[in-house]
Amino acid sequence: MSIAPALELIDVHAAYGRIEVLRGVNLVVPPGSVFALLGPNGAGKSTTLRVISGRLTPRSGCVHVGGNHVNGAAPAALVRAGLCTIPEGRAIFPNLTVAENLWITTHASKKSQEDTLDRAFAAFPMLEDRRTQVAGTLSGGQQQMLALARALVTDPALLLLDEISMGLAPRIVADLYDSVSHMASQGIAILIVEQLARVALAVADYAAIMSHGRIQTAGEPADVADALESAYLGSASLEGRSERTTEVGHARI
Amino acid sequence: MTDFLAFTVVGVVTGCIYAVAASGLVVTYTTSGIFNFAHGAVGMFMAFLVWELHVNRGWPLVPTLLVVLFVLAPLMGAVIERVLMRRLYGLPDRVTLVVTLALLVILLSAAQDIWKPKARNLQPFFSGHSVKIFSVVVTYHELITLGVAAAIAVLLRLLLFHTRIGVTMRAVVDDRELSGLNGVYPERVAQLSWALGATLAAIAGVLIAPTITLAHLPLTLLVVNGYAAAILGRLRSLPLTFLGALILGLIEAYAIGYGSSFKLLGEMKPALPTIFLFVILVFLPQARLRAGRIVGARTPSVPSLRSSIVAGAVLVAGAAVLASRVSEYWAYYVGASLIVGVVMLSLVLLTGYAGQVSLMQMAFVGVGALTMGRLARDGSIYGVLLAGLLAGVLGALVALPALRLQSLYLGLSTFALALFAEWAFDEPWLFDRGGILAVARLKLPGIAVHSEEGQVVLAAVAFALVGVLVLAIRRGPYGRRLTAMSDSEVACGTLGMNLVAAKTTVFALSAAIAGMAGALYGGLRTSVSAPDFYALQSLFLFLIATIGGMTTVSGALAGGVFLALIPEVQKLLGVENLQFVFIGIAAIFLAIDPNGFGGNISLLREQLWARRRAPRAEVVAVPEGAS
Repeated sequence: MSIAPALELIDVHAAYGRIEVLRGVNLVVPPGSVFALLGPNGAGKSTTLRVISGRLTPRSGCVHVGGNHVNGAAPAALVRAGLCTIPEGRAIFPNLTVAENLWITTHASKKSQEDTLDRAFAAFPMLEDRRTQVAGTLSGGQQQMLALARALVTDPALLLLDEISMGLAPRIVADLYDSVSHMASQGIAILIVEQLARVALAVADYAAIMSHGRIQTAGEPADVADALESAYLGSASLEGRSERTTEVGHARI
Repeated sequence: MTDFLAFTVVGVVTGCIYAVAASGLVVTYTTSGIFNFAHGAVGMFMAFLVWELHVNRGWPLVPTLLVVLFVLAPLMGAVIERVLMRRLYGLPDRVTLVVTLALLVILLSAAQDIWKPKARNLQPFFSGHSVKIFSVVVTYHELITLGVAAAIAVLLRLLLFHTRIGVTMRAVVDDRELSGLNGVYPERVAQLSWALGATLAAIAGVLIAPTITLAHLPLTLLVVNGYAAAILGRLRSLPLTFLGALILGLIEAYAIGYGSSFKLLGEMKPALPTIFLFVILVFLPQARLRAGRIVGARTPSVPSLRSSIVAGAVLVAGAAVLASRVSEYWAYYVGASLIVGVVMLSLVLLTGYAGQVSLMQMAFVGVGALTMGRLARDGSIYGVLLAGLLAGVLGALVALPALRLQSLYLGLSTFALALFAEWAFDEPWLFDRGGILAVARLKLPGIAVHSEEGQVVLAAVAFALVGVLVLAIRRGPYGRRLTAMSDSEVACGTLGMNLVAAKTTVFALSAAIAGMAGALYGGLRTSVSAPDFYALQSLFLFLIATIGGMTTVSGALAGGVFLALIPEVQKLLGVENLQFVFIGIAAIFLAIDPNGFGGNISLLREQLWARRRAPRAEVVAVPEGAS
């Protein structure tokens, strides 16, 4: 018997109002593996993460996390079941201090405040000096480290990362992905959505290219890397003709 | 000097009560994003419950307080959150405003029916006991008030910064969705804060009830003073809210204290919170435009000029026929429905099209009626025009400071202004003997509009004219600007549209329509008195406009009929305030849909039309395909 995959999506359809964004997504993330989900803007990557994290209920299809059917579960319930999501943008509470930001995680993790802070500061010593600083005044890279620290201290079974590199300098992106591979080495299954394809592929065990609300190519990172250019350019050249693309584009407004 | 100290003590104590009330308002607003207009009503209801249990049923004081403050009040807050507010997160301010106002009306009317108006007294705590501090007599009740306010300030600070649940509350304020991704159930946190808010309202109610008489309306409107204080902290900062409350309390106490020597100051007392609010609003920085979700609802299509003129003519003819058939008694109600309908049309323009809220429309009606009654005793048409002009200018003036801010502040300040107008209308020189002012009926050269029947036709003509005008505005470029502004202010801002100008003009225009309607309304009734234009009337008007529908002219007519017929329904059912409870419930159900009664009927008609046309199209298509 094999262990259930950390995440499995079976023919998932999802829509914002009347605009269908996901048109049958199939995806499997094996336990302990890093999966890079790539694709052009408006392909449905962030929507896929919204569905998995419970922020958007799919129209049809199944979402399995750790072998459990979780369609329609509340985000908070999923967090308590071992799912951690770092959403797009700066995933922190800007008016709370660094320590308070970490304190919030204990609702789901049931750990003590001291344990949580100790572990976060051990991984990111920079945060310890700023524990009483209001998080909104941290630099972009520090804010993203705080977000990652939050992921680290909750010991998730599955981690979803949505464009953590956005708006950051390349050196800081490299630092962040060092932390990501460190977490991966601890056996956390990670699904990465990323615009910087090369960076994501470097840490991934598996990868997929998404466009028009479907997975177009999936496989080993090396194979996907070869298909990458044509996928991006191909979909770009389609954009003028395909009605679908414009619909997907609208959905992101 | 002793006087000064004594006034200061009174001021600080009053300020403490405002602070308790305001802090509850701030706690619920920050954690749920919903400004609770019914906050004072909750406090009023709980103060009456204390009276009922303690005075009427003879429970001992301490258990009564424990039960009311720590069981019933939080329960009520939690239930309000669960039943009403949970559906409203993320919806525009207009919707939450209607729901909390409706809640205010429901609680107020229910309390008036349960506890019929009569003299009631809630004794101060430790009545008769006092201490002397620096030659000033301070009662135990005042000491307790000070202690409670200080304790609440400290406890709230501890709660919000040193407990996990408090930090979580602040996290939910920061980012509701992200709090969910952290394993927090935001609804439960909001429910807790509503329970906490209700308890704070109840404490404020119980503390202030002994100092003013235990009456429904003053306790309910206590919230106005509370939110004047809360706005100093921009509805977010608790320390600034406490500061605002103390300043307000002191200003009031000095106004009363020195009022005997400076007469104007003493008379100003009821208007002080409004003035305070306005000074703060003027100095608040302009609101940043927020890129929010576009919440455009489907509205019925706008009729063409031709069909609106035809509909207007049909309305006038129908009203004339109706007026000739029914008795004078009922003819009055037909006329009243139509005139109130014109007032509703002013809300169609302002709220339905432009998305701005006004809770002081009856004050403009009052300005119009007073202008007609005072300045046009001969019933000249210039009286009506002057009424419109005056109300319009006033509308532009009073709204200007608030228009720079978010729509919530507009709702708040117009409600405060309605209360200010209530104070102004109470000036004895405005009305004649007995607080009544006779208003002449409009005289037009060569046309007899003096009879009841003539009044109905006049009202119908007025409604038809304003209706056609409002629709013409809606179709034109100015109307498109208003609709665009209502859909997305930030989009209009980036296109370089002058939002303040658009808001000011639409507010003035709407006030002018209400003013002219007021002149005719006064004529129809032949006499008016101050209570016709009190703030509560504006509130009812807004709620019933919501029920009738503010996106269509037919909705305005429906609203006019509903409001005008309330006294008859009251007589028919033999109830006193129950009908307002139903109005509140209906408004809550219809709040989410801006189309209301009238708009939905129009939408339904459009759908039926479309369906009737659809099969015909298919029939045509089949032979074409076959050939």
